[in-house]
Amino acid sequence: MPTPGKHNEIREGTGGRTVHDIGGLDFGAIDMSEHDLALWEKRVDAMIVLLNARKKVFRTDAMRRVIESYGEQQYDATDYYEKWVRALRNLVLEQELVTREELEEKLVEAVETFKSEGREVASETVPWDDIGNREEASR
Amino acid sequence: MNRETSLPPQFNVGQRVLVDDRKSVGHCRTPAFVRGRVGVIAEVLGAFRNPEKLAYHRPGLPAQVLYAVRFRQHELWPAYEGTKTDELDIDIYANWLTPAAAI
Repeated sequence: MPTPGKHNEIREGTGGRTVHDIGGLDFGAIDMSEHDLALWEKRVDAMIVLLNARKKVFRTDAMRRVIESYGEQQYDATDYYEKWVRALRNLVLEQELVTREELEEKLVEAVETFKSEGREVASETVPWDDIGNREEASR
Repeated sequence: MNRETSLPPQFNVGQRVLVDDRKSVGHCRTPAFVRGRVGVIAEVLGAFRNPEKLAYHRPGLPAQVLYAVRFRQHELWPAYEGTKTDELDIDIYANWLTPAAAI
């Protein structure tokens, strides 16, 4: 099992704060508006509840650790459930629930299904080496 | 404390505590804006598995006592425009706290 290493991504110009630790920094007004969740967001939520609370595959703290290890650019460019789904991807590999090959195979399958149904597919995929788990990335 | 494996509480309600000003190594729950600041124990919340270990799939034992630490808003934020009595409670684990001198 790849042991996750301790690593801190530092936010530039903050005197050494980690990337997520932005309390008190000037990021403008907080968007307090409510929005309906998309189906994929609900599914991510359901997977988190299953793997975290029910199956104890990982703790919430482990998800936070993965999210906090995104680089500043990735951290700021992704929204709430994007961060969670990417952390899920890392953690199911880290805890050896599935292999990377199995996961990649499924992703290819999903893209093909989407295309055949005429649904939108993102032109870019999130690179494996910038989602936090350096040990996994360097293998 | 409800966990047999927990450390006993080191601080009492009303006691002044200093938050350690160290850099985090790996995951931690102590925000930068209270590090190096002095607050008052508002509540002893109980003992919980250490999130700094749980984050790396470790058991997180011995459990750490978690405290609600109360800060004066105007001491945290130089440009704070609210009243002098406005306060902020932050949950902080024992391993970040040391006793601070009484006023």
